[in-house]
Amino acid sequence: MRKVAIIGVGMTPFGQLWDRSLISLAVEAGAKAIHDAGITHKDVGVLYGGTMSSGLFSGQEHLASMFADHSGFDHIPSVRVEAACASGGLALRQAYIDVASGAHDIAVVGGVEKMTDLGIYPVTKVLSTAADAERESSLGVTFPGIYAMMARLHMHKYHTTEEQLAMVAVKNHAHAIHNPHAQFRRAITVDQVMGSVKIADPLKLLDASPVSDGGAALVLADEKTARSQSDTPVWIAGSGHATDTIALHDREDMLSMRSTVYAARDAFRQAGLSPKDIGMAELHDCFTIAELLALEDLGFVDRGASGSFIEQGQAHIGGSLPINPSGGLKAKGHPVGASGIAQAIESVLQLRGDAGLRNTGAEIALTQNVGGSGGTAVVHIFRR
Amino acid sequence: MAVPKFWRQIPALYNLEGSVCGCGALAFPPREVCPKCHAVGLKPHRFRGKGTVETFTIIRTPTTDPEGENIEVPARSIPYVMGIIRLEEGPRLTAQIVDARPEDVRIGDRVELVFRKLLEKGPKGVIQYGYKFRPV
Repeated sequence: MRKVAIIGVGMTPFGQLWDRSLISLAVEAGAKAIHDAGITHKDVGVLYGGTMSSGLFSGQEHLASMFADHSGFDHIPSVRVEAACASGGLALRQAYIDVASGAHDIAVVGGVEKMTDLGIYPVTKVLSTAADAERESSLGVTFPGIYAMMARLHMHKYHTTEEQLAMVAVKNHAHAIHNPHAQFRRAITVDQVMGSVKIADPLKLLDASPVSDGGAALVLADEKTARSQSDTPVWIAGSGHATDTIALHDREDMLSMRSTVYAARDAFRQAGLSPKDIGMAELHDCFTIAELLALEDLGFVDRGASGSFIEQGQAHIGGSLPINPSGGLKAKGHPVGASGIAQAIESVLQLRGDAGLRNTGAEIALTQNVGGSGGTAVVHIFRR
Repeated sequence: MAVPKFWRQIPALYNLEGSVCGCGALAFPPREVCPKCHAVGLKPHRFRGKGTVETFTIIRTPTTDPEGENIEVPARSIPYVMGIIRLEEGPRLTAQIVDARPEDVRIGDRVELVFRKLLEKGPKGVIQYGYKFRPV
């Protein structure tokens, strides 16, 4: 396997972008990444794109062809990747494997989702397709409901509090204030989270990531190309991908996503690193409880200790391990297919020192992107 | 509306019919491959329908419009309780917990199978029935 670096990044703002179409978001992100890399269209060998459900959100499938066509590429191969909310992270991994294998020297990999063309019930319905349709969602459990059941169990087993969950949202909003691409650039308080409308007890509206539109893209290159094209390549030091049962109820321990545990094991092993080497991480905080579970599954804290880790401020920028300096899915926004790519973009900006007031000074970054309630997880480790 | 989609689920949804492997491993819903020993050719196994609530939530935003024509029936009675139940025989399942006030449900509650309406597909469409659970 060849070494692979990220040499260009680009993204649209995340938010309720009513004047933007699915494909325009994808094309804008890709064009910005190509410009950032200082390459041209003819240098690109292959495209990869992650989107969860363009068919149900936008009535459009066959996006692989559409990405290439509307971006102005002449007949190059293009692949669409789907793994629910991990579609972006998995597209990155597949593009990484492609370039590492020697099949192509330069890949553009993007992620996109256009969610706000649907109302609240249809959006909730589409998101619930990430669960087991016959044994979870069609019986009446929503996607927030599945994470709510994890939250209740964590509170029951470890005495985690609803306030500690709220502190995850408060932290990520505080980080997003300094992110020009974030959907919510404003502070919130624990009282506001606690007082927000309940969606699936114990989770409230402000425990949940929003419904968002947005696109994000990266340019990957093999070592030789990367060194000749870029003064600031960010290397993919480790890449891991694993699965778990699609239904939460089939897991022996419903407070651990084995997909995350095994994806992280493989990524750390490849990188020759351990959790204590990580300087910052972008974790999949689709709901506040998900950030707590990720901290434990990735080995950053002991089982049951994630709530107090957040409460002590250790996950803030300036803390011992900044988590979601971008604002995370919670405050940056969560256009599902784009989120895994946007996590990588934040890592690149942090390692380049280009994250402005969000700069953490980290030299090694980790991303964790989850599909569904943990049926898929993708973990990447990046370094300068 | 294609009826077979509902018809083929009747054994699992009406009778809690899962599968049992020669190695003794039980599964619900039925599986093609044994989750323990990976053998095929599993046989049907009917669960007794008694269990314990391991975790639950109170759903306040459903996936179908309570005023709409195609409706998951729980959406009619917002808020409603969904739980993960450990059957006495071992496997777990996700189901609505009925005949209890949401604020009274607790982890560890004993529950039993009841047969209820799950889904209505418009005034002329299929009505789907299946399992829910109630406190013992």
